[in-house]
Amino acid sequence: MGLYESSRERRGAALLTLLLLAGLPWLLQTLDQSFYISFASRVLIFALAATSLNLVIGFGGMVSFGHAAFFGAGAYAVAVLGEAGVVSAALAWPAAVAAAALLALLVGAISLRTRGVYFIMITLAFAQMAFYLVVSLKNWGGDDGLPLAGRSAFGPLDLGDDRTFYWLVLAMLALALIGLDRLAHSRFGRVIQSIRENEVRMEALGYPVFAYKLTCFVIGGALAGLAGALLVNQTGLANPNLLHWTQSGTLMVMIVLGGIGSVFGGVVGAVILLLAEEFLVHFSVHWQIGLGLVLLAVVLWAPLGIAGLIGWGRQRE
Amino acid sequence: MTQLFLEQALNGLQFGLMLFLLAAGLTLVFGIMDMINLAHGSLYMIGAYLAASVTQASGSFLVGLVAAMLGTALVGALIETSLLRRLYARNHLAQVLATFALILIANEAVRMLWGPQPVMLNAPEALAGPVTLGGFTYPAYRLLIIAVGLLIALLLWWGVTRTRVGMWVRAGASNREMTEALGVNVRWLFTAVFAAGAALCALAGALLGPLLAVQVGMGESILILAFVVIVIGGIGSMRGALVGSLLVGLVDTLGRAALPPLLRSVASPETASSLGPALASILIYLLMAGILFWRPEGLFPARS
Repeated sequence: MGLYESSRERRGAALLTLLLLAGLPWLLQTLDQSFYISFASRVLIFALAATSLNLVIGFGGMVSFGHAAFFGAGAYAVAVLGEAGVVSAALAWPAAVAAAALLALLVGAISLRTRGVYFIMITLAFAQMAFYLVVSLKNWGGDDGLPLAGRSAFGPLDLGDDRTFYWLVLAMLALALIGLDRLAHSRFGRVIQSIRENEVRMEALGYPVFAYKLTCFVIGGALAGLAGALLVNQTGLANPNLLHWTQSGTLMVMIVLGGIGSVFGGVVGAVILLLAEEFLVHFSVHWQIGLGLVLLAVVLWAPLGIAGLIGWGRQRE
Repeated sequence: MTQLFLEQALNGLQFGLMLFLLAAGLTLVFGIMDMINLAHGSLYMIGAYLAASVTQASGSFLVGLVAAMLGTALVGALIETSLLRRLYARNHLAQVLATFALILIANEAVRMLWGPQPVMLNAPEALAGPVTLGGFTYPAYRLLIIAVGLLIALLLWWGVTRTRVGMWVRAGASNREMTEALGVNVRWLFTAVFAAGAALCALAGALLGPLLAVQVGMGESILILAFVVIVIGGIGSMRGALVGSLLVGLVDTLGRAALPPLLRSVASPETASSLGPALASILIYLLMAGILFWRPEGLFPARS
C-alpha cells in the first residue's frame, strides 16, 4: 500500500463499523442489556486515550511512559472546575484539553532533551510527580479522588442519558480518528514519521526536529486530556488511579495489542483489552495471567499487533 | 532534635542501601544488555514471599533468607534464559511491554500460590528490641540491615573492581561487541549477572519484609524508585547506583520528616499540611528531573 493511497475498501469498512457502533445502544436495549451502554462509552473513551498515545509512540517514535498524567490532567481539570461551579462542557472540556496540553508542553520541553531509556524514565518520573501530587492534595480529594456532581452540560444535549453520552463519545472518537488519519498523511505527519525512522538524517536535512517532536507530543497530550474529560463524565469520579504508572502501561499494552503506528491500532487494542477484562473475569479471577501470556506472545511474534496481522499496520521498514 | 535527625538519617541510609541492592542488579542488566527490565521488582516480591514461607516452615530467619536468595536466583536464571535473551536485540518498547507482561504474570502467580492477603514475615527475636549507643536508641534490626547493606556494597565493589569476572562485567558494560571479540562469553556471563541481581533482590525483599508488608504489588512501588536511582546515577555504573541510592534514600526519608515542619514555619498550617506531604513525595522525582536536565546521562555515565 502506497503512502498516498487511502484505499476505498478501508474507508468503507471504517464507515460500516461507525454505523454499527452508532446502532449499538438500540441493539443493547433490545437485548435488555442497557447496562452495557455505559461500558461501551468507557471502551470508546479508552480507545481515544490509546489513540492519543499511539500518535506519540507509533507515529512520533517517542516512547512516553507517562501518558496517564495527561489523561488524568483532563479528568481532574473537569472535576476541579465542576466543584467550582463550572459545569458547561463548552468551558470545562476545552479547559481540560488546554491543561493537558500545557502539562505536555512542560513535560515534553524537558524530557525531549533526553533520549532512549532516559526519555522513558523521565516521562515516567513526571507522571509519578503528577500522581503523588493529586494523591496528597487534600483539596482535590487525595486518595479518594474528586467526585463530579453530574455530567457536564452540553448545549441542548442531556448527557445524563447514557445513550446520548455514548453517541457524543463516539462522535468525538470518530473525529479524532479522522484527524489522526489526516495528520498522518499531512506534511507534518510525514516529517514526524521520518524523524521516527531516522532522526539524524532529518536533522541534517534542516528540519527543526525538536519542534516537530514537541508539537506531536503536545497534540498527543491534548487528545489524552479530552479522553480524561470524557472519562470523568462517564465514571463521575476523578480517581488518582487514572494517573498511576500502570495506567500508562495499560495504554501502551492497548496500542501494542492493536497495532502500533496504525490509525486504528489504539481502538482495536482498547476494545480487546477492556472486553477481556470485563468478560474473562467471569471465567477466572486469575485472568491476568492469560493477559500477560497473550501480551508476551504479541511482543515476541506479532510486533505490529492485530492490525499488523491483518495487514492494516504500517509498513515494516 | 539530634535524636530525631540522627534516627531519620539512619532510616534514610537503611532505605538507600536496600534500594542499592535492587539498583545494583538493575543497572548492570541495563548497562550490559541495554535492556529495560520492569520485572526486577517482581523478583524482589518473589524473594520476600519465599523468605516468609521458608522462615515459617524452618523457624529460622537465616535459613529463609538464604533459601530466598537461592530460589530467586534460580527463577531469575530461568527467566533470563527462556525469555529475556530474546529481547536484547529488540527496541525498548518491546522490552517494556514484555516485562510488563511478566509483572502481570508474576503478580497473579503469587496471588494463586499465596492468596491475596499479605503474608507475615517477622524479624528474628534476638533483634526485635532497640539498642542504645551513647544516649541514642535505634532498632537493632534496622542496624543489621544497614550492616548487611554496607557489607554487600563493599563486596560488590571488590567483586566488580578487583576480580576477573568483575573486569569482564565492566568490559561488557562499556563495549559488548569488543568484549565478545576478546573471547568472553557475554551471554552466560549475563545469565550469571542476572541471577546474582535476582539474589540481591531477594535479599532486599527478605530484609525489608518485616518492615514493610509482604504483599502482591510490593515490587512495583520500589521498582520505580530503583529506576530513579539508576537514572540519577548513570545507567551501567555501580558507583552511580550507590550514590544514587543513598541520595534517593536520604532525600526521600529526610524530606518526609523535615518538609512539613519547615513549611509550617513559612506558610499557614492548612497550606503546610496539604502541601507538605505532596512536596515530600515528589521530591525525588524533582531531583531526578533536575539532574537529567543538567546531566542528561546521569551523574556517572558508564559509557562516556
